[in-house]
Amino acid sequence: MFIRLSAAIAALSLLGNAALAQGAKPTDPQIAHIAYTAGVIDINAAKQAIAKASNKDVKSFAQDMVRDHEAVNKQALDLVKKLKVTPEDNDTSKTLSKQATEKLAELDKLKGAEYDKAYVANEVAYHKAVNGALETQLIPSASNAELKSLLQTGLKIFQGHQQHAEQVAAKLK
Amino acid sequence: MRWGCYLPVMTALLFGAMAAPARAATIQIATTDLVFAPSEVSAKVGDTVEWINKDVFAHTATARNGDFDVMMPPKKTVTSVLKKAGTIEYYCRFHPNMKAVLTIAP
Repeated sequence: MFIRLSAAIAALSLLGNAALAQGAKPTDPQIAHIAYTAGVIDINAAKQAIAKASNKDVKSFAQDMVRDHEAVNKQALDLVKKLKVTPEDNDTSKTLSKQATEKLAELDKLKGAEYDKAYVANEVAYHKAVNGALETQLIPSASNAELKSLLQTGLKIFQGHQQHAEQVAAKLK
Repeated sequence: MRWGCYLPVMTALLFGAMAAPARAATIQIATTDLVFAPSEVSAKVGDTVEWINKDVFAHTATARNGDFDVMMPPKKTVTSVLKKAGTIEYYCRFHPNMKAVLTIAP
């Protein structure tokens, strides 16, 4: 379990490493791409959960994730359009997507209560990792004020999701 | 000046208000960027709360003791009437980091 959970965290910690290696912080177009990608990853995981989960609370948590992350990503798209910024693919986004695809395949093999627990545990770990990246890397690196403010709203939303996921996880035990 | 014309109306309004001191009030509580504001509100049983959700996200105002559970769809205002007295801590079920307090006098 530890190895599985740490995948998402490892991917996000690459953010720090990549930035250090280049000796530069991520640019706004890269930050926008990373934040959007992180949202898409959670939406995909939630869609799998809506189809697979057996517990009612887990299913409705997954529905909340789809609704909120789609709303955040819509705001992000509206903002990049307004700012005339083209989100730029980058190593962090690529690593995140690759890890997420592996995680989805891994979760897909599980069934019933085992799946429910693994999905919710991953949601806790994933939101924790995204929040860490937002706080230490993405928000401080963002130079556009509106992008920074959207990331700050995103952080509050994702902190809420983390707490919500922790509550659902506690009930599953 | 034409102020004189309004005077009887204003007097009537004033006395009207004074004659009905127990009239229920309408209180506004808004959510903006995942914050309930004001975060502490005093009200009375029978008062109406206008829950104004300014976010693009759905929220709830859910009493910890189960007294109320109001759905707040994105960019919408919903109302509820306060039925029971007490100091009620409430939160959003979707984002439990959103917390506030409503003190309801009998």
